[in-house]
Amino acid sequence: MTKITRNKKPIRLNDIVDHAILILGGLLMLFPVYLAFTTTSHDNITLSREGLQFGFGDQMGHNFYAAMFEKGGFSEQIDGTTMLMNSLILGIGFAVGKIVLSMAAAYAIVYFRLRFATFAFWVIFTTILLPLEVRILPSYEVVTGLGMANTYGGLIVPLLASATGTFFFRQFFLSVPEELVEAARIDGAGPGKFFIDILVPLSRTMIAAIFIIMFVYGWNQYLWPTLITTDEGLFTLVRGIKQITQSIYEGNQIPEYGQAWALAIIAMLPPVVIVIFFQSWFVKGLVESEK
Amino acid sequence: MATVSVTDISKTYPNGAQAVRPASFDIADGELIVLVGPSGCGKSTLLRMVAGLEDITTGDLRIGDRVVNDLDPAERDIAMVFQNYALYPHMTVAKNMAYGLKNRGASKDEIAAKVTEAAEMLSLTPLLDRRPSQLSGGQRQRVAMGRAIVRDPALFLFDEPLSNLDAKLRHQMRVEIRNLQRRLNVTAMYVTHDQVEAMTMADRIFVLNAGGIEQIGTPSEIYRKPASTFVASFMGAPPMNLLNGKADGGKVHIGESAVPMPCADGSVLLGIRPEEVAVSQMGTIPFKLTLIEELGASRLLHGTVAGQDFVVNAPNDDTALAEELMLEFPANALHLFDAETGKRL
Repeated sequence: MTKITRNKKPIRLNDIVDHAILILGGLLMLFPVYLAFTTTSHDNITLSREGLQFGFGDQMGHNFYAAMFEKGGFSEQIDGTTMLMNSLILGIGFAVGKIVLSMAAAYAIVYFRLRFATFAFWVIFTTILLPLEVRILPSYEVVTGLGMANTYGGLIVPLLASATGTFFFRQFFLSVPEELVEAARIDGAGPGKFFIDILVPLSRTMIAAIFIIMFVYGWNQYLWPTLITTDEGLFTLVRGIKQITQSIYEGNQIPEYGQAWALAIIAMLPPVVIVIFFQSWFVKGLVESEK
Repeated sequence: MATVSVTDISKTYPNGAQAVRPASFDIADGELIVLVGPSGCGKSTLLRMVAGLEDITTGDLRIGDRVVNDLDPAERDIAMVFQNYALYPHMTVAKNMAYGLKNRGASKDEIAAKVTEAAEMLSLTPLLDRRPSQLSGGQRQRVAMGRAIVRDPALFLFDEPLSNLDAKLRHQMRVEIRNLQRRLNVTAMYVTHDQVEAMTMADRIFVLNAGGIEQIGTPSEIYRKPASTFVASFMGAPPMNLLNGKADGGKVHIGESAVPMPCADGSVLLGIRPEEVAVSQMGTIPFKLTLIEELGASRLLHGTVAGQDFVVNAPNDDTALAEELMLEFPANALHLFDAETGKRL
């Protein structure tokens, strides 16, 4: 007779401590989110008078509805939905643009016998030392000079120029076996076909990873959108939140705290969704070691 | 199907290193030639020059009746099988095989027909929808072959295609590749560093050393009449024994003993293959035994003749062997090389 026994490990003190630390850390991260939720569910007067709320109130639905659909701002033209759209355009446009640009650059550097290819790479690489914040005045000058202020193009394009993506793709391309290129050449695939048919599909997981990082980076942009968009129709969520609370300095009405909190929660969601969505790609990429 | 004709082809890298010294040869239609040599002898470079993956510094390369020096690999009407197979990891077996045809603008029906035919020939039919990562090494190797076959090329190029397989599979694929090449009657160039592969597969063997072709010949010519000490010791396992000796009056003196061998007087290298030496009471050459390697059917006796390392491949008759043995060198098994140049005399 065989007995099926589950291999029970005795619980050790170490495990308890480990878990306690993890749980504590988790709570520490989640508590502000919880607080944002509870605070959203109260009306502006309560919030103005009593500050952050730890329990749930009854204004949740109203606040979310008002945040998303009530027109606000000076021009009374902008609502949460428009800002969400603008943020998505910025996040996705930025991520996609960046991937296209950096893949193309890395492709040129790795696969073509260019003179000064290594030099070009290092020049690109050193731009890591020059983030947008450092070159923000010249960038502003150039973009307005091109008449791109208050356009999506002006919002996205200056952010695209940076080296991180190029660097990641270069490293990845260098790890693709040389024979694959040669096999493709013998199979009659020119540079364009090789890129589209072989390299892009191979880079799927890499593209997914960079897309996540870049989308969240673009989504969270604050300084550049504030500078380059004065038209309220182009406001993004992240800067729109600030616009609502700003009335505290300008008017004598009670600021719409509830709406601001609702917008903050909405602003948190898409990055979370994107990470969850692309996570399956990550796992797939790890399991199918296809190189 | 085509002949290949090479005239004074050579390769010099921009840094001045000469990878392939000027070489000329012809390959007949349907012939399988094997390029063999140690690492860094230029055999892969030569193959890659034929493929168009390396530029040709000087000389002419003809496939069929075209000079193809400046043509792209895709335009040379060749197919190549790589050591690591170089399958496209994200494509199914069927798509891997179809890719070259698709790029040439073949019709869908034509592609499907050719892929089906090649898959049947290589018994890959049940695997057509799999990815390379789901295949074993031998199956991947067959897919790489299939990718070459579907294109119906004039010339097959193999770059150490069996090096990544285990010994048993290697033997099996060796036979398979040879059969396939015969059946398709396609001209082929095959690079390997494994002399057994070279001997078993080739119509003719090109032995390369230090960027130059040392000898061209059929496997038995290479084995029976090696053109130099390099070929003699490279082809054959264990390698041919080479003894320093002195030729004097129609005899070659090795230490105390002498072997009758008509040649000019002077320093020579006397070569004899381990498997052609006989251990015998009647022998005239003393051999000091130091180590025995059992191979099953036979055993390798390591030792010295006149103070020089010497190996004998003797049949395994389970007898105990004394430390001092006498050897017999059959006259027709002896090879004589110039002591300075290593060339056959």
